[in-house]
Amino acid sequence: MSVPLEHDYIGLSSEAVPSMEGSERSSSGGLNLNLKATELRLGLPGSESPGRDNGVGVLKSLLVVSGAKRGFSDAIDGGSGKWVFSGNGGSEAELGKGGNLFSPRSVNGGGKGGGCECNNQNTGLGSPVLKDGVVPPPSPKPLQEKKPQLSAPAAKAQVVGWPPIRSFRKNSMATHSPKNDDDAEGKSGSGCLYVKVSMDGAPYLRKVDLKTYGSYMELSSALEKMFSCFTIGQCSSHGVPSRDGLNESRLMDLLSGSEYVLTYEDKDGDWMLVGDVPWEMFTESCKRLRIMKSSEAIGLAPRAMEKCKNRN
Amino acid sequence: MMNYFPDEVLEHVFDFVTSHRDRNAVSLVCKLWYRVERYSRQRVFIGNCYAISPERLIARFPGVKSLTLKGKPHFADFNLVPQDWGGYVQPWIEALARSRIGLEELRLKRMVVSDESLDVLSRSFTNFKSLVLVSCEGFTTDGLAAIAANCRFLRELDLQENEIEEKKNHWLGCFPDSCTSLVSLNFACLKEINLAALERLVARNPNLKSLKLNRAVPLEALQRILMRAPQLVDLGTGSFVLDRDSDDSETYRKLRTTILKCRSIRNLSGFLEVAPHCLPAIYPICVNLTYLNLSYAAGIHGSELIKLIRLCGKLQRLWILDCIGDKGLEIVASTCKDLQELRVFPSDPFGAGHDAVTETGLVAISSGCPKLNSLLYFCQQMTNAALIAVAKNCPNFIRFRLCILDPTKPDPVTMQPLDEGFGAIVQSSKRLRRLSLSGLLTDRVFLYIGMYAEQLEMLSIAFAGESDKGMLYVLNGCKKLRKLEIRDSPFGDMALLRDVGKYETMRSLWMSSCDVTLGGCKTLAKKMPRLNVEIINENDQMEFAPEDSQKVEKMYLYRTLVGPRKDAPEFVWTLV
Repeated sequence: MSVPLEHDYIGLSSEAVPSMEGSERSSSGGLNLNLKATELRLGLPGSESPGRDNGVGVLKSLLVVSGAKRGFSDAIDGGSGKWVFSGNGGSEAELGKGGNLFSPRSVNGGGKGGGCECNNQNTGLGSPVLKDGVVPPPSPKPLQEKKPQLSAPAAKAQVVGWPPIRSFRKNSMATHSPKNDDDAEGKSGSGCLYVKVSMDGAPYLRKVDLKTYGSYMELSSALEKMFSCFTIGQCSSHGVPSRDGLNESRLMDLLSGSEYVLTYEDKDGDWMLVGDVPWEMFTESCKRLRIMKSSEAIGLAPRAMEKCKNRN
Repeated sequence: MMNYFPDEVLEHVFDFVTSHRDRNAVSLVCKLWYRVERYSRQRVFIGNCYAISPERLIARFPGVKSLTLKGKPHFADFNLVPQDWGGYVQPWIEALARSRIGLEELRLKRMVVSDESLDVLSRSFTNFKSLVLVSCEGFTTDGLAAIAANCRFLRELDLQENEIEEKKNHWLGCFPDSCTSLVSLNFACLKEINLAALERLVARNPNLKSLKLNRAVPLEALQRILMRAPQLVDLGTGSFVLDRDSDDSETYRKLRTTILKCRSIRNLSGFLEVAPHCLPAIYPICVNLTYLNLSYAAGIHGSELIKLIRLCGKLQRLWILDCIGDKGLEIVASTCKDLQELRVFPSDPFGAGHDAVTETGLVAISSGCPKLNSLLYFCQQMTNAALIAVAKNCPNFIRFRLCILDPTKPDPVTMQPLDEGFGAIVQSSKRLRRLSLSGLLTDRVFLYIGMYAEQLEMLSIAFAGESDKGMLYVLNGCKKLRKLEIRDSPFGDMALLRDVGKYETMRSLWMSSCDVTLGGCKTLAKKMPRLNVEIINENDQMEFAPEDSQKVEKMYLYRTLVGPRKDAPEFVWTLV
């Protein structure tokens, strides 16, 4: 079974993307484009920058602009690194020249004289012009501070603002990324995955098909509706907005406000708190669900509260 | 001869002239027409809020009832414009409130709106009827509460893709019981909602024609709402999931029955959360749909989409995700013969791209849907041959936006740039007004654009071209160009400065990561005092005086009658 991918809040996975190689192969045949050279990678300075000629004059590693305000999301989305694809059909020698512009932000340390050996002064404009062949060594300090590790730089090249999709749409897609299973019908193939759901104090059990949900959020809202007559869902009326991107947090909100916790019995027969593991892993190992009173969930409940605090 | 008519007659004639451009043209004929036109003008469109001041608006058009304002540059949508750049609506609302303008409608796009602005708005105009906010930010549900509470004759509240901070108040409950005039309500971009208040609101607003719900509205609630509002024309569903338990098949059955009664629905959107097995509930209304937006429905696979599309024979506008695949687009082509607008969004913009669409899907659409005039297409690849075929099949494009996810990808078959393909498009679609390019492109494509795209008004360029010549072809050739936005392309001072007068005929020019230098921008600013030439500088350090030879990271220039703006943040330098 495929290992579930960790997604950051905009739905980027850090896993290698196989088609990247595929597209390279198909597109670089026959033309002296050396697309690999123009491939954008994110990575910490000094991290592996896969075989690229330095003579090309295109900087590969992420140069991050100074400015403490930027967070991770800004580093990916908001534009610290600037990239250029070499659009010239021709040789690499043309690249530095009037060819596609390359304008890295000057590195924090660079302006102060450290690190960056650009020909021009680094200025407030932050766009030193590079002469052909010069690749300024990235300055380590600001990058370390600002750039959380994106493991394998095999995630497709992250260019600021490309593809041109509005944030609202990006965020929506991130929280509900399509199931990328191989079976086209999510529910056929291995069929359904009905598990019993019991709730402490409720006179009868219910059954849910885990395959019909894509996320903890879907499951929790379904359970909420199902057991609403038993007033499990007090939290939504608190008006706590669910945070996007973290599927688990809605469940946590649910739990933190109510006297119930949602637990499940896994393949090993252990009772676990719902929400810790990625969704796909959960559906594979969940045998039954139990909505139990917090007071009963002795070993689990304090952890639930703790987890709640940690996530917030 | 017209001078012998009393003004009222002129005014009556002008009533039939509704488009902004036509009215602008009318106002230029002579002083009399200018005068009559300005007093009778009710709808004003301001494409750049910094091109003019609210005071001048009020002075010229004292009768304005409907105002449209746009703020940030388009590339702000893609995070290329930093926070706090500007675009505040506050001064406009304050000025209008102080005046005696009877504002009834306000439409804002990419502007910063505060709760205070909304509060002032809600209290200052007794006849206020319609608020439309698109891609705005800066306000919370407190502001919405003010609108709900104070606008007694509110007809329309349309929130599209805004960033709204949601507080614990139940703003929807602030609509008084006396509010029965709503025609259109869209809160799809919110995450929460007070369900009870929503259902009561729908129940007492029988004129509601357009309702777009958010994720927090579950299927059961949708069913109850539709029971109350079978007259809806425009529906955006909320959460469209149900599990399969026996009790909920009851809900599903009720939903199907209710939907059968909603014979007026022509536009269907939403599905922010959807379980495929619930989709058949909407099959009965598919036959009447003219607009279908499934572009947020990540949970639906290609085959289910296809089943749905097969029922939508009258579709004119379709927004969909690329998981429909080329095969799915072929079904669209054979089913939706009236299709005019197609938007295909990437379901996985940074990912692997299986199930995505290619040139095959687009060609199929063009063969089956000759009325196609508006396209937004995100795809993995494109070929010149395909574009040439599309150009031949569909000569009616008004908007053509192609986004190849790898932005400098050549034609994968011939390894050539896509110049010829786009050239065919601009040559064949003589009414093309908007164009976005991608893929490997040389200066040649701009030569074609300059030669053929005579009606082009907006052009978006990214990672394209080889030299200044490219930009010059466009500036020289496209006489109707209004908005030009360029990123990561090798255009520099020579192109920028060749024809400085051109920019006064345009609304704005954006250039980022290009070759223009500070010196070039300064020269331009000096020569053209009626342009604001703004440099966005995001590097915090200002220790060194920037040299003129320094390349400029982001430049945004626009024509204006009111000089440099006074609200520019410190990272925006307006050159003079």
